[in-house]
Order: sequence, then structure tokens, then C-alpha cells
Amino acid sequence: MIVEALAFYMFAAVAVASGVLVVSVRNPVHSVLFLILAFFNAAGLFVLVGAEFLAMILVVVYVGAVAVLFLFVVMMLDIDFAALRSGFIRYLPIGAMVGLVLLSELALIVGAWITAPEAASAFGAPSPDAAKIANTHALGLVLYTKYAYLFQAAGMILLVAMVGAIVLTLRDREGVRRQNIGEQLARGKHNSVEVRKVRTGSGI
Amino acid sequence: MADFWNFYAWPTIIIVLQIVAIVVPLLVAVAYLTLAERKVIGAIQLRKGPNVVGWFGLLQPFADGLKLFLKETVVPSGANRGVFIIAPMATFVLSLVAWAVIPFDAGMVLADINVGVLYLFAISSLGVYGIVMAGWASNSRYAFLGALRSAAQMVSYEVSIGFVIITVLLCVGSLNLSEIVLAQQGMWFFIPLLPMFVVFFISGLAETNRSPFDLPEGESEIVAGYMVEYSSMVFALFFLGEYANMILMSAMTCVLFLGGWLPPFDIAPFNWIPGPIWFALKIAAVLFLFLWVRATMPRYRYDQLMRLGWKVFLPLSLIWVVLTAGVLVATGWIPVTSR
Repeated sequence: MIVEALAFYMFAAVAVASGVLVVSVRNPVHSVLFLILAFFNAAGLFVLVGAEFLAMILVVVYVGAVAVLFLFVVMMLDIDFAALRSGFIRYLPIGAMVGLVLLSELALIVGAWITAPEAASAFGAPSPDAAKIANTHALGLVLYTKYAYLFQAAGMILLVAMVGAIVLTLRDREGVRRQNIGEQLARGKHNSVEVRKVRTGSGI
Repeated sequence: MADFWNFYAWPTIIIVLQIVAIVVPLLVAVAYLTLAERKVIGAIQLRKGPNVVGWFGLLQPFADGLKLFLKETVVPSGANRGVFIIAPMATFVLSLVAWAVIPFDAGMVLADINVGVLYLFAISSLGVYGIVMAGWASNSRYAFLGALRSAAQMVSYEVSIGFVIITVLLCVGSLNLSEIVLAQQGMWFFIPLLPMFVVFFISGLAETNRSPFDLPEGESEIVAGYMVEYSSMVFALFFLGEYANMILMSAMTCVLFLGGWLPPFDIAPFNWIPGPIWFALKIAAVLFLFLWVRATMPRYRYDQLMRLGWKVFLPLSLIWVVLTAGVLVATGWIPVTSR
């Protein structure tokens, strides 16, 4: 038990600290690196509550793919740090409002937890018993049966987003020479070499 | 006090000893893989390879290590110091932590977690960070180009590796690596899933930045890519990490397709040999393929690399996922397990 508590406080503390550093460090690349650290610690917290599938998916999807692309883009930006700072006061009210909403929500959760401790039991128990079945299997059992339509809808939204991104960036460019592998491989001696007799002194 | 020893101290000591028992042979294997690479390529090119330090050059890896150890670590003045130092450490650590879930024999595994294959996939997809961080922190154009190439390349080939893993999982019905191996007792998966085996091996070459996909290093255009500013031990960490990743990728190939620790035939002379030795032999065979490819193939052009990943492997592996699932459902062979 002590080990679990220690692990929890370590993961939680590092996650919160790196979350703060994401918005406070000067260099955007360092921000992304701290964001990755925060994702990692969130994955650690998932493992501690026994959701190992979600933990691994968090690492594979967010750390392994999304954050790599973040880093890719942020590294390539030529960022003027002074310009970045100048907008700070302008955007402060919006940022403060978002922060306030999140803070009040957290306060509500903690308040409910203190004033009505029995509220937690109002949630339904996980439908296949968590102790009997691995959570990968349990997720599959509900995701592809009970929530099949929602799952398909989520897939459709992602597809639309992907098509949209391609349409937005696609433009016709003149004079692009594309490689046609099949054509290259089909090329042989008969259509690439020509043997001619050249008379001395005349040329072709 | 007895509680402290029984519940905390002894398990910790045992786990640390197990970790040492995995890491030390792994590092020796890495050292001799560098020698094997030079010997194999030498043999293929009708040379002798290193043969001066020790008998048959057997002490060559240690001489190289000592040389790197005695050199000076240079941090470029324009570099981002912290990230520059962390990058090789990240590469090296990530190449070691994945070994926690690899099963060497029935029950002989450090952490027998039930999402083992996802853990492996997650860790191998993180390998790109060491390279990207190194490329950015070096503050050099060559290093940065290498990092950008590597980021795009590794993200592209991860996608098809993911689908290959899904086809294997469909045939097993479990994410646990030991169960994946045990499911191959009748037939190793590389026979029914041969195209996926080939896709996995080639994607593995791209994922470990090995020739013919070693564009992030590309000596002829960008010197040494992301490693260009590194010297001494920080360079050695990259080098060790790269070779440990090669061994890891071979181990993954063995677990997913070549039956892990299982003997090829479960009859008398074969099953006398213990599982870990079979496993090591199979890893060595796959590693030989890695070296063979390096000695034989020219480097891919970058657009051809992307074409192969996105336009050839991705559709092929998608079709195989659908095909495998269809065959399994139609024939009723689909495995039903509780894990």
C-alpha cells in the first residue's frame, strides 16, 4: 500500500509540476517536452487505477504520435519570443476565464466528495466485473456492442477531419513531374535505345 | 521489521537482480553485435574484418568502447545544453526498458503484464524522441535535417507495424507476449502470415533507422545526421541504443512470428535444448538478416521511402487485417480467451 501511495504522489506531483511548466517555460520546444512528461505521468496514474489498456493507448497515441507531430511543427517554427510575450496581457482574460471554469468544476467535485460521500456509489458498477476480466477485453465487449454506433460516428468524424485537412492543404501546382514506378519498370531496351548508322563526317 | 523485509526489501532485491541478469547479457550482446556486423559485412565484401585486437578480433568492441570512454565530451556552444545531454540518455534508456516484458522462456519474464505487446509498441514508438531532441538541441543544420527525416520516417512505419501486430493479435486473442508465443505451438505465425512477416521485418528496418532506410544518418548527404555534434560517451549511448533497438526488434519478430522460445519441432533432439537458447538463436538469425541487408542494399531515396510506407505497406497490411479477421470468423478458428 505504501508503495502505491508513494507512486501515486510521485506521478501526481510530476504531472502537475510539468503541467505548470508547459505554460510557464520560455522555450516552446521545452513546453512540448514537458507536455510529453505530463502525458507519461498521466499514463502512470492510469496504471495505478488498473486501467493498463488506457495507459498504453495514451502513450502510443498521444506521446508516440500526436506529440511527435507537435514537436515536429514547433521545432520548425521560427519563433520570435518577444512577439510571443506581447500578446500575454491581451489573452490573459480568456485564459483566466478558462482556468476559473476548470477550478470551479474541481471545487464542485471535491465539494460533492466532502458533503455527500455516498454520491460515489450512485455510479453503476463496471458491467463485467473488473477483477474477473482484463480491461482490454471488457472495453471491447461494450465498445463494439452497446456503443457500436457512437464508435462508428467517432470514426466518421475523424475521417471528415482528415479529408478536410487534405482539402485545405491540397493545391494544384504547375510543372510537377511525378514518378510513375510502373512506367519506369516497364521501360526496356526497345523503347530507350536506338542503334543508327552514322556516316563519317555528317552526324545525325 | 519482518514485514519490511518480506514485502519490500526482498522483492526489490530480487527484481534488481533480475534486471541485472537481463541488462548485462544484453550489453554484451550489443558489444558483440557491433563486431558481428563488421565481420559479416567483411565476409560479404571478401575482406577479413577486424582481426587484430584479440583472437579473431574478439576484444575489438572493448577497445572501441575504451577509446570512446577516453575521449572528450564536446557540447557545442550554440546547443541547448539540457536537451542535448538528455537525448542520448533517453535513446539508451528506452532501448533497455522494453526488455522488461520480453519472455525468454515459459514464465521467465520480468513483468508478465497483460498488455505486453502494446507496451512494446509504445516503447518502440518513443524511440524517435531521442533522435528528434538530439537534432533540435544540436543547433546544427545537418543534425536538424536528420531529426526531421527520422520523425517522419518512424511515424510512417509505426502505422503499418501497428496493423501487423493487430493481425497477430487476431490469431492469438491476447495481448500477453507469453500467450502469443504459446499460441504458436502448432505452427509459427510466419507461415500463415508470411506477407505480414515481410512487412514487419522491413518496417523494423525503418523503425530502427537501419540500412537501407538509414536516411536520418545518411553519411553521404548530411554527414551523420542527428549524431553529427556528439562525441565520446554521449555518442556511445546513441550507438548502444541503436544496436540494442536492433536486438529488440529482432526479439519482437521472434515473439510475434518465429515462436519465441519454442523449438522448431517438439521432438527429442530439439526439445532437449532449453528455451532461452532457442530464443537467442532465432534472434541471432534475424540479426544476421539485418546485417545482410545492410551489406547488400543501396539506400532508399526519401520519397520512395515514404511511398513504400504509405502507399504499399499501409494498404497491404489493412487488407491483411480484414482478410485475417474474415478467415478467422468464417472458419470459426477465432480464439476465445478471457485475458
